[in-house]
Amino acid sequence: MVRVEFLGPIQKDALALEITNLNELATILQKDEALKEWLATCAVAVNDTIVTSLEYELKDGDKVSLLPPVCGG
Amino acid sequence: MLYLQDGSLDVPKILKEWHEEEATSNYGAFISFVGTVRSEDGIDGLSFDIYEPILQSWFALWQQKAKERGAVIKMAHSRGDVMLHASSYIAAVFSPKRRVALEFIDAFVEDFKASAPIWKYDLKDGKRVYAKERSTAINGSGILGEKQ
Repeated sequence: MVRVEFLGPIQKDALALEITNLNELATILQKDEALKEWLATCAVAVNDTIVTSLEYELKDGDKVSLLPPVCGG
Repeated sequence: MLYLQDGSLDVPKILKEWHEEEATSNYGAFISFVGTVRSEDGIDGLSFDIYEPILQSWFALWQQKAKERGAVIKMAHSRGDVMLHASSYIAAVFSPKRRVALEFIDAFVEDFKASAPIWKYDLKDGKRVYAKERSTAINGSGILGEKQ
């Protein structure tokens, strides 16, 4: 099971999904109309490291985080 | 050194502590940047969410870069609400000579704005509104979106 967390202003509870890579996650999340706008601008981290390829393989226990555009300071 | 706290920062106290921490470290330069909440667009203040695990690793990378140049970076940031004219962010660089500190404070603060996992909200009319237009997508964003 992979845990998917939505950070900052994305008002959505975490999901627990049976997925093996980020391509599968993209397919699932794109079906959620409320998330579509966020997906185009969110960065993705696996176990708190930013990743930039959809081919990234996921294993049981991994944590995926979606990080929307930032503005500290 | 990364310091996070709820609410506004006590700027004189933090700068004094940092100055004292490095008073005998033989740094010739100490340059600080303080971010203060300004009155604009009718806001009552700002509010912040922070994702600490990635902020810590992002900061550790910068600390390593600074160390390679003989410098040290310190940063403080608020969580939650910070009202008008109070401060939410302090960054400082100590280095043996001024040039490294001047370069690092610029590069560090710019990368902070573009990469640090912190989300800003306007406090206005009793609501907390994501500052979407002022936010920057982190490098590599959008991979989960539909392919164009």
